[in-house]
Amino acid sequence: MPGTFIDRIRAAHADRRTLVIRGHGSKAFYGNPVTGEPLDTTPLTGVIGYQPQELVLTARAGTPLAEIEAQLAEHGQMLPFEPPRFGGAGTLGGAVAAGLSGPRRAYAGAARDFVLGVRLIDGTGQTLRFGGQVIKNVAGYDVSRLMAGALGTLGLLTEISLKVLPRPAAETSLQFECTEAEAIRRMNVWAGQPLPLSATSWHAGLLAVRLSGAASAVHAAQAKLGGEPLHDADGFWQRLRNQTTPFFDKRPLWRLAVNPTTAPLALGDAQWIEAGGGVRWLASAASPAAVRDAARRHGGHAALFRGDALADGNFAPLAPALAALHHKLKQRFDPHGVFNRGRLYPEF
Amino acid sequence: MLSPVFVTRLRALVPAHCLLIEREDLVPFESDGLSAYRNTPDVVVLPETEDQVAAILGLCHAEGVAVVARGAGTGLAAGALPVDGAVLLVLAKLNRIKRIDPLARTAVVEPGVRNLAISEAAAQHGLYYAPDPSSQIACSIGGNVAENSGGVHCLKYGLTVHNVMALRAFTVDGQLLEIGGEAPDAAGYDLLALMTGSEGMLAVVTEVTVKLLPRPERAQVVLAAFDDVAKAGAAVGNIIAAGVIPAGLEMMDRLAIEAAEAFVHAGYPMVEALLLCEIDGVNEEVSDDIATVHAVLQASGATEIRTAEDEAQRLRFWAGRKAAFPAVGRLSPDYYCMDGTIPRKQLPHVLTRIAEMSAECGLRVANVFHAGDGNLHPLILFDANVPGELEKAEDFGGRILELCVEVGGTITGEHGVGVEKIRQMCSQFASPELARFHEVKAAFDPGRLLNPGKAVPELHRCAEWGRMHIHAGQMKHPELPRF
Repeated sequence: MPGTFIDRIRAAHADRRTLVIRGHGSKAFYGNPVTGEPLDTTPLTGVIGYQPQELVLTARAGTPLAEIEAQLAEHGQMLPFEPPRFGGAGTLGGAVAAGLSGPRRAYAGAARDFVLGVRLIDGTGQTLRFGGQVIKNVAGYDVSRLMAGALGTLGLLTEISLKVLPRPAAETSLQFECTEAEAIRRMNVWAGQPLPLSATSWHAGLLAVRLSGAASAVHAAQAKLGGEPLHDADGFWQRLRNQTTPFFDKRPLWRLAVNPTTAPLALGDAQWIEAGGGVRWLASAASPAAVRDAARRHGGHAALFRGDALADGNFAPLAPALAALHHKLKQRFDPHGVFNRGRLYPEF
Repeated sequence: MLSPVFVTRLRALVPAHCLLIEREDLVPFESDGLSAYRNTPDVVVLPETEDQVAAILGLCHAEGVAVVARGAGTGLAAGALPVDGAVLLVLAKLNRIKRIDPLARTAVVEPGVRNLAISEAAAQHGLYYAPDPSSQIACSIGGNVAENSGGVHCLKYGLTVHNVMALRAFTVDGQLLEIGGEAPDAAGYDLLALMTGSEGMLAVVTEVTVKLLPRPERAQVVLAAFDDVAKAGAAVGNIIAAGVIPAGLEMMDRLAIEAAEAFVHAGYPMVEALLLCEIDGVNEEVSDDIATVHAVLQASGATEIRTAEDEAQRLRFWAGRKAAFPAVGRLSPDYYCMDGTIPRKQLPHVLTRIAEMSAECGLRVANVFHAGDGNLHPLILFDANVPGELEKAEDFGGRILELCVEVGGTITGEHGVGVEKIRQMCSQFASPELARFHEVKAAFDPGRLLNPGKAVPELHRCAEWGRMHIHAGQMKHPELPRF
């Protein structure tokens, strides 16, 4: 099967044509708009290796996340970074290429933290294998993790190995009514204590906290934190993970990553806070410059998540020294700009 | 040799006490923690500020002089081995903890700060820095970033790459790179991942922002004895299958147990294999998990199980494991520590093969194993004063690493490639991947001035070594420095 991909990529490289990598298309809105022939990854499907005792799963990139998570669940395990499944869809390759993580992100880690190895085809049609299927591996540069969040601009992922973890034995979620400032403070104070936190969220005066672990630990933490049980907790976290609440229908929708202790951002519009305060979703028509500036002043960066594309790119422009490195890396992996041209940054 | 003109220019960039050129001053820097590889540096410079680092790099770049960065020199793969005609850039004097933010749980430190010093400084806030390489009392955070160092607690808390948030670094042409940040999910390519474990080949780190974690409420350890290493290996898988992620899960084989017991009298039973399983976390969770682990170990055929009842006993259980390397060192004039990782299910096969190879070459081997994450540290015992034994030990070690690759693992789990394992890179990676590594380096350092000759082999060398491998045992390795 990779043979046909290699041939198409080689031809595109030779003719300097662009290809748009596409799995389920559930994150097609993310990044800058791209044009080119679609390169459908869904034929690359199937879990190739999964031994629960090794905590490692290897699957082809087009494998549906739903299939992978179902297989993990059969063995009491999970993808710890809770990749979003927008519209219920999404492939493993898309999850890694987008590098997006769900509510557990601040406590378990991001998509990139769980990537152990990849096979890919670069922009010249060369197949490459980096990393491996073991948890500890420092041989060679960590090119496999570099693919997480690269939005397919460095190569077509064909196979990915991830570290997986046991599902917690028990989960309980609590809710508190409090102001935004108080919610941010509590999220940070709690994260500095030995509590079994696995997700936090604040929106419209409601702070929600998920506790995961041994039943006894969850109960002890619940007693310590107080609050009220969160109604329909599983549904709540799923809706946040997959962005199915009406808040996320607003446009333009920004994702600001900031120092988690950052005080409420006075941008005048509705926000949804998650990841312990480190991620602020903002539905705002404020100028892109103002939004980006707010994120930068607080140690982070803003991405236009959903909405009409910005001329200078939906991701904030990089500092010149980093931009130059990005160009050089792109040049090495995809010299003719075959893959997803412009999707990450308009320049390449 | 570096020209006197160059040395004069270098002298102008730093205070007089920061430049070493006399032979007796240079000798202490001739090796890192792997003393089998030695080379006296031409010059050692120990900058005290980031500006000095940038200026030194700028000069070296302008003059085409190579630079080898070094931290505390505790590395175990000769990654900081001096290179002829290069400047040895020692970052040990950049050792300030710039700030700790207890609310955001971060520490901003210079690269020469010792790993343990971060946790010590954070302790007053109930926080600590999780990765704990065994050399943590001495090793520096800059070196940890260079090697992506691990430790006993990796399975639960990750490697350096999972615990570093931001870097300030300079490329060899003196450009400042600000990578990552206080916010999650840095924009663009994950250069933080690329830099971590890059063995000083891409840029020189001058500041590291690390994540701090709350100190666990409690830690408790269980010791289990087995009459068969395969059973102990299976028990490790069974613990994980039961849904427990231990903070540490270590295995020792008979020779390692005997050596440790003779050295520190930890009270270990004399058996074929010992497991140490540490659980940490919230008080109640530790109690539950300890009960689960106890039941799993029993069902897995442990001949004896002991649970540490208090902190003193916990430390005693660990004492033997932590002293395993020096303990093995007492059995033999020299030992050679390997660092492969394997899928855990391959453990019985790999240990059997290691025992066979040991018998073939007549060198004993003690096995210490970060069992939870499959990271094996076979310690090969030899005597460098016996002609040919070092070569035999190196050859044996190389074959162990190739075996790790053969069963789906890797040649280095946490020590890095450096000079030591550069040949085995040829068995782990094919030419296109090695070529790509060189191209990644070229994106940062086109003149190949940073730590040249380390970590990634030249393709033509692989071909030469490949031929040599066929004639293993008959040919010397003349390009390697010797004791």
